[in-house]
Amino acid sequence: MMVEIVSESKVWEWLNEVPDPEIPVISVVELGVVRSINILDDKNIEVVITPTYSGCPAMNIFEEDIEKKLKEKGFENVALTTVLSPAWTTDWIKDDVLDKLEKYGIAPPVKGTADKGALFESGPKVVRCPKCKSETTVLVSQFGSTACKALYTCSSCHEPFEYFKCI
Amino acid sequence: MELREALYKYLLRIGDTSLIAGQRLAEWVSEGPTLEEDIALTNISLDLFGQARAALSYAAEVQGKGATEDSLTYLRSEREYYNTLLSELPNGNFANTIANQFLNDAYLYHFYTALGKSKDEKLAAFAIKSVKEVRYHLRHTGEWVVRLGDGTEESKNKMQSAIDDVWMFTGDLFEMDEVDETLIEMGIGVDLNEIKRSWDTTVNKVLERATITRPEDGYMQTGRLDGQHTEYLGHILSELQYLQRAHPGAEW
Ligand SMILES: [Zn+2]
Repeated sequence: MMVEIVSESKVWEWLNEVPDPEIPVISVVELGVVRSINILDDKNIEVVITPTYSGCPAMNIFEEDIEKKLKEKGFENVALTTVLSPAWTTDWIKDDVLDKLEKYGIAPPVKGTADKGALFESGPKVVRCPKCKSETTVLVSQFGSTACKALYTCSSCHEPFEYFKCI
Repeated sequence: MELREALYKYLLRIGDTSLIAGQRLAEWVSEGPTLEEDIALTNISLDLFGQARAALSYAAEVQGKGATEDSLTYLRSEREYYNTLLSELPNGNFANTIANQFLNDAYLYHFYTALGKSKDEKLAAFAIKSVKEVRYHLRHTGEWVVRLGDGTEESKNKMQSAIDDVWMFTGDLFEMDEVDETLIEMGIGVDLNEIKRSWDTTVNKVLERATITRPEDGYMQTGRLDGQHTEYLGHILSELQYLQRAHPGAEW
């Protein structure tokens, strides 16, 4: 019997069903954590991933969930390889995914602000309130409930909200 | 000096500094002056642990004797640790923590920026990744130095004392030996004399803005290169390593 090997685009589709454990409206693929796929044969596959932040505690969950999904789909061995280069950046997140983040209540990263200076050089940047869309908002802290988010407060509706910060 | 030996030691110096600084900051869990600051300091701690894991697992690979990031962390004794003295100093009050962390962040920021051009691809990738995170750390602690220094009389006094107290440990950051020389020659390592110049510029800029007087360079306590520590590292390790020492090989 001929063994049919699944296509790479099918595997991408499956992985796109694996949600980010901390932001379930987006998938590990949309986040940019999955870099490439090598289908070795019908039983063996390698998935190359990159961490968002060096110490991101969600990375282990990403790995477990990816492995679980691919085993459900019939692979017996799922090898996960971690690479650090190119370094993960929020600039990889596509526009439609940014919209999903905003609808979920997290202000999406402001494009192109990822590599600004380290000290006092970040310049004015408009972070729009995901709830009332006001552009008058105030940074409360560069660090939030997860490594990838900062805390803001809206000056118009007075609600606190999270900002998916640029890196 | 042989490349493998030099690179192994270099990676321990990098990984140990992140590990010990991360462990120190983790002591702030639930003790922060405000909820936001509690979260900030422990987020920075988490980034540092992540960087330590990357550096130490690479060190284990380079050594090639079956060590792992865990065995290097839990089973080396005090004299086998090569972190900066700055990273092991007690947290003290909030201004002490900010001073220690700021001087360390400024160092790591310039060090990783330069290391990103290393001819060792893995080291370069690690540095390029790390500097993105350290940029946020430096911005955070730099802003606090200014806020406290240019704040009330009390906060200014505390910030000035904190900088004065820690200054004698800053010379240790820039000491070099044959490990550095070997790797600089091969285009892998970084010349810390150059890092010192960039560090000076950053530190001076922040201290000036904070209206804090930069201390004179006097006696400098060093020891990082040879694993000679202050009395504080032993206490950190006894807490960090307790479980693996008492129950070898214990797992979750
Ligand atoms: Zn609002």
